Amino acid sequence: MRPVTIIAAIVVAAMLVAIPLFHNAFLTAHATRILIYVIFAMSLDLLVGYCGMVSLGHAAFFGIAAYTTALLSAKAGIANILIGLPLSMLAAAAGALVIGLLTLRTSGIYFIMATLAFAQMLHFLVNDSDFFGGSDGILLLTRFRASVGNTVLLDLGNATTRYYTALVATSVAFAGLALLVRSPFGRILQGLKSNEQRMRALGYPVARYKLGCFVIGGTLAGLAGHLYATLTSLADPSILDWLHSAQVLMMVIIGGLGTLIGSAIGAFLLIELIDQSAELTDHWKLIVGVVVIAVTMFGRGGLVGLASLLRTSVFGARASA
Amino acid sequence: MNDKQILMETKSLSKNFGNLAAVRDVSLQVYEGEIHAIIGPNGAGKTTFLNLLSGELPASSGALYFDGSEVTDWRPDRLARAGMGRSFQHSSVFEQLSVRENVRLAAQTQFPNSFGLFRPAESYADVGRRVEEVFGEVALEWSSGARAGEISHGEQRQLEIAMLLALSPKLMLLDEPTSGMSRNETLELIELLRRISERHTLVLVEHDMDVVFQLADRITVLVNGSVLASGPPAAVREDVAVRTAYLGTQ
Repeated sequence: MRPVTIIAAIVVAAMLVAIPLFHNAFLTAHATRILIYVIFAMSLDLLVGYCGMVSLGHAAFFGIAAYTTALLSAKAGIANILIGLPLSMLAAAAGALVIGLLTLRTSGIYFIMATLAFAQMLHFLVNDSDFFGGSDGILLLTRFRASVGNTVLLDLGNATTRYYTALVATSVAFAGLALLVRSPFGRILQGLKSNEQRMRALGYPVARYKLGCFVIGGTLAGLAGHLYATLTSLADPSILDWLHSAQVLMMVIIGGLGTLIGSAIGAFLLIELIDQSAELTDHWKLIVGVVVIAVTMFGRGGLVGLASLLRTSVFGARASA
Repeated sequence: MNDKQILMETKSLSKNFGNLAAVRDVSLQVYEGEIHAIIGPNGAGKTTFLNLLSGELPASSGALYFDGSEVTDWRPDRLARAGMGRSFQHSSVFEQLSVRENVRLAAQTQFPNSFGLFRPAESYADVGRRVEEVFGEVALEWSSGARAGEISHGEQRQLEIAMLLALSPKLMLLDEPTSGMSRNETLELIELLRRISERHTLVLVEHDMDVVFQLADRITVLVNGSVLASGPPAAVREDVAVRTAYLGTQ
């Protein structure tokens, strides 16, 4: 890593750690939400950016985990994150396994449509069933906490604790994914994105690796979904809507496919863009649309690609080496 | 050559696309250590036949045997793991990845213990050694850090062969390895294939007759999906039917 990168990383890390110290409730909650979407976007980047599987149904796994969390709380009275987190991630993994098995026979546009269809099926399932709270969703009446016996380790009723929980989860997810994409497994995914037929001819059981990637991505989306439910105390059908899947896909594309850090930046920027433009005008979707089109047209590698392009043209070839 | 072991054999292998019989009733043997060239005019079914051998296409009828097992229904990845490596007619490399990573991905398949999730791919020393071995064997001067999509077409074709070598295959299927190559590149490739053939069995689909007659131990001529002639180069060259059907049109 270059010194500039290291310094930038330290500054960003310090800022992230310092956010709750401003004692600004809105800022802390807002930053927590962004962190959750960073996890969500990175989990999709693993599929799209590294393995070349463009999914328009990624919100399904986010939603499965959020609903599992809400059901545990509402139906079983379980509000312990030490139980809720693994169970909701497991539910997301199981969902990804089933949907993956059914959709990964297809590729390209058919895969996009198949993932979209399955996510929409889940959306209508929860939207039209009383068990899942219908269109109102399920409200979490008790705040989650991490406890062993009677000892409370973390109380997520506290906004600062929620923020730091999300920060730790994001850091672990980022570090884990960064290692994963450099591992032999990650390299196989990149080979699949580049040339699937070639991978098969080299002897790789292609379907198994794609499914593995799909399940890992879905499980991490589940982590984001669980944190989301514990943060907002709500699981409602809108998080299963295909627009939610499209939004996270936009985050990945804006930031730059296959970069992880790009997804993080994309999540931050898209949320800011939506929030800020929604404050300006009711027609905020127009502004968001124009920005997304501009980034995809003029910076084909997303913002990360744009940044390295700028660096090369300003500092010359030296910087690109 | 009959004292040699049969490595691969097809029995009445056929492939139909609707009403079109692309490969008809082809029975042939490939012996261990030989270079077996498959020639024929355009549309003779050479590539289709190769696709049947490597499992890219399922056969309509007939049987395929490889290394002592019947493998007719095997998929390409399973055949590859059993020791069948193939190249494609249009160079087929991982364009977005580096030259070195292309070879590394191939070499990685040979080390089942190298499939961790969190250790960097470069930290597996045995895979790295194999990659270096292959680069030594191919003896081509690449900057292995370059992206495979950015090197010349001829170099990409050589890279494909390096990837095949990294698989340590029992049999290499090469689909027009010299296509699109300059004269010099072709000559270099002939040398390379000759060296490789000392330790590997090769099946070669090729339209460049110079390449075929310089390299092949045996030649099979396909016309309209059927075997017209099969045998040592001298015999095939003398075959009148072949000359009129194919070589005469050159």
